[in-house]
Amino acid sequence: MLPKISEKLIIKIMAEKKYQNVDLEDVVIRFSGDSGDGMQLTGTLFSETSALVGNDFVTFPDFPAEIRAPQGTVGGVSGFQVHIGHQPVYTPGDYCDVLIAMNPAALKANRRWAKKGAIIIINSDEFTEKNLQRAGYKTLNPIEEDKLEDYNIIFAPINELTKEALKDSDLDQKSILRSKNMFALGICYWMFDRPMEHTIERFEKKFAKVPAVAKANIETLKAGYNYAENIGAFKSTFEVAPSEQQPGKYRSINGNTATAWGLAAAAERAHIQLFCGSYPITPATDILIELTKLRSLGIKALQVEDEIAGICTAIGASFAGSLGVTSTSGPGLALKAEASGLAVITELPLVIIDVQRGGPSTGLPTKTEQADLLQALYGRNGESPMVVLAATTPSDCFYYAFQAAKIALEHMTPVILLTDGFIGNGSEPFRIPKMEDLPEIHPHYADPNDTNYQPYRRDPKTFARYWAKPGIKGLEHRIGGLEKMAITGSVSYVPENHAIMVEERAEKVRRVVEDIPDQEILGDQTGDILMVGWGSTRGHLLTALKTLRKEGKKVGMAQFSYINPLPKNTEDVFKRFKKVIVFEVNTGQFVSYLRSQFGHLDFLQYDKVQGLPFTAIEIVEFVNKMMEE
Amino acid sequence: MENKILHQPAEFKSNQEVRWCPGCGDHAVLNALHKAMSELGIPKEKFVVISGIGCSSRTPYYMNTYAFHTIHGRAAAISTGVKIANQDLTVFTVTGDGDALAIGGNHFIHFIRRNLNLNMVLLNNRIYGLTKGQYSPTSEEGKITKTSPYGTIEHPFNPGELVLGAQGKFFARSMDTNIKLQTEIMVEAAQFVGASVIEILQNCVIFNDGAYKNINDKETREDHQIILHHGEKMIFGKNRDKGLVLDGFKLKVVTIGQDGYTMDDILTHDAHCQEPFIHMMLINMAYPDYPTAFGIIRAVKGDSYGVKMDQQTAEIMAKSKIKCMDDVLNSGDTWEVK
Repeated sequence: MLPKISEKLIIKIMAEKKYQNVDLEDVVIRFSGDSGDGMQLTGTLFSETSALVGNDFVTFPDFPAEIRAPQGTVGGVSGFQVHIGHQPVYTPGDYCDVLIAMNPAALKANRRWAKKGAIIIINSDEFTEKNLQRAGYKTLNPIEEDKLEDYNIIFAPINELTKEALKDSDLDQKSILRSKNMFALGICYWMFDRPMEHTIERFEKKFAKVPAVAKANIETLKAGYNYAENIGAFKSTFEVAPSEQQPGKYRSINGNTATAWGLAAAAERAHIQLFCGSYPITPATDILIELTKLRSLGIKALQVEDEIAGICTAIGASFAGSLGVTSTSGPGLALKAEASGLAVITELPLVIIDVQRGGPSTGLPTKTEQADLLQALYGRNGESPMVVLAATTPSDCFYYAFQAAKIALEHMTPVILLTDGFIGNGSEPFRIPKMEDLPEIHPHYADPNDTNYQPYRRDPKTFARYWAKPGIKGLEHRIGGLEKMAITGSVSYVPENHAIMVEERAEKVRRVVEDIPDQEILGDQTGDILMVGWGSTRGHLLTALKTLRKEGKKVGMAQFSYINPLPKNTEDVFKRFKKVIVFEVNTGQFVSYLRSQFGHLDFLQYDKVQGLPFTAIEIVEFVNKMMEE
Repeated sequence: MENKILHQPAEFKSNQEVRWCPGCGDHAVLNALHKAMSELGIPKEKFVVISGIGCSSRTPYYMNTYAFHTIHGRAAAISTGVKIANQDLTVFTVTGDGDALAIGGNHFIHFIRRNLNLNMVLLNNRIYGLTKGQYSPTSEEGKITKTSPYGTIEHPFNPGELVLGAQGKFFARSMDTNIKLQTEIMVEAAQFVGASVIEILQNCVIFNDGAYKNINDKETREDHQIILHHGEKMIFGKNRDKGLVLDGFKLKVVTIGQDGYTMDDILTHDAHCQEPFIHMMLINMAYPDYPTAFGIIRAVKGDSYGVKMDQQTAEIMAKSKIKCMDDVLNSGDTWEVK
């Protein structure tokens, strides 16, 4: 039996251990609470406001698969980490400078992400005996139990202060307490000198029809801000000055929205109708959601009966002359495998988006992993090569989705674009492009006046066949999943023809290399170690690269986005360095692919499979270790 | 309404050699489809034939239209994509009992529920022919096949019952040998706005020969088949003296002039009746107690997905300020960096 304590833990501020005032170039803040506490929104608002004052940012939402796991348990904790800086930042940060813990479970789950000496803001009203027990604390003193004495802990009675701030509100107690996340946000705004106007405007707009709710959020935000000012212990320690960004118009964007918009932009530049057939799956659903919002552009995005129907409706739409796309995550990609083979043999344009998550099977639906690479490359029956691309940051999902569509339409091939939960849900500033600056896309259409149309006649340069839309007189033809006779497309079981067709399909994919850029090397162009990554690990590798070069190491970095085909200069890139280390969030899928392509070269590897992205620190440590060996 | 004939049936035949077994019911269905397309008076390039996998699914190769032979079970889903992408096309989806009701069962029910303007021709031979004789979801209970050497112990689907269960608006049935009836039904189905399912009872001469002998034997078939026409009396038999009446909650076969039944007592077929109960009973009539029902059993109006989608899109386009991708990219909160 635990000793009885007063209703609340101490409300006093532990002001004696002042945070060292250092001129930080960047700050990492982690908001954490129950999955119903609104932490994702709180973090998003903080990021947006930071962007408005000119900071760069990268976010990392980290939430459980359960929509409302049992309240107060570690399993139900939802976190949102944001990294802001006045220099460009590339990752959401390894560890945080400020941790907001709305309840004991949030502290328990997230304290490992707090830097030593970090500020931890605790909602003391939730630190009751019952809640401490529920979070798995054995004593009534989590500070001692978690050895947090050296941290700067602020016990703020957020529930009580929220109630106090809204004592004149018409809302019921439950609704009032729903605003408590705004109190925490208010504290952070004061700490980092963020203006509140933008957030206030947002609430006024969003809750125009329920002014009481708008008012409650705004009042609580202000109350949090004033509270922080009044307790006055930690102002002016951070000043995250505006970052030096390229001039232009910006917006905040997450990877899933960027992917949806990239596809839509490609359809516009190709003057073609976009069709998306999809089925909800974490963490890819937002792509479908974003596309359904764009009906005024003539985009048809449909939620269909299952994953297979998603890709099949997309293939049907492509046969009919639209750009067919389907979005999914790993388990869905497995279900789509057979139909994607149909797109390979019928040589129709199709874009498949896989927002990877931890596997196998249902695995870790809300956690990130890069473990679908081999599935994307090889997960179909027969010889069925497909173009595979991987986006590297939330905002470049836009450009790789665009590029995936461009390749599909111009080369008449299905393309898989790999993103993952980390960049799909993460957000960062996005410099808004002008549509006229994006390249034109020229779908590989058949000549409507062709009097001798042959469905499998190929473009001599790209090997792409010509696309004839139903409805065009004189181009009637049959295609299907049976092996095709070269040129005519009739069904053929001729042994030599099958060999020819297998080779032609492979050659068509190989020739995509002519339309992709050379692989770029960042940092040293030759040297001791080349760090190789693909997809979403870019930010962490880049951060590590900067640290290593500051230490005087001769290190370069190559982040691959074109997986199949690989850029033309790939082998040359590897040969410029004494050692090549491949970093990936799986057990070595890209490195095994590279070994199969470049058997004469040596590759070292560093893998991680914890459902988490890398930290820059672990990358630096591993490179340093390999330097010595 | 007479349509202007643009193409003769022969113009719908492709140059490919038809490879079904001699005597297979599929040949007749193909002929009916060519005829129906001709009668519809639609330009050849506006037709699309989509199939899944199975003997009947080879149909696309024998068409001189746009056609797509897809993968097992997915013809309904692929047809859905084709039609939504271009509603100007007339799409026939050719499938079989295994393709539509086993591996493609999920797409089948949603194809019907969604009620897009598509036409499905379901060739039901109650067996897997292409894989050489395994039982299908429509094989009769107890049937001995290669995968049920001791007889099946599962109860079959009746496709029409499934169509009605999925809120189907159009269901028709024909024997494979009755090219005239099939053609008539296919024309009606194509002109019907919504998803139509045409079940063709089709004889597999190799693996399930005689599956429909009871009802389609030349000598006795007039007594075992009733061909329904909307607005006409439900009569049948060699002497056209048998009819259907409602006896309590059940249908009953009577002979006109016997037991006091006159022509006035015989039910008149109402394919347009929204209530599905009589249609369901007609669909379920089976040998030997009842004649098997053919013709258009149900054809009722309902909202079609395609029509609604067009309306919704037009409304959104008229109302929305977002007209192009530049509008999308610049919508919401943005900021300038100078």
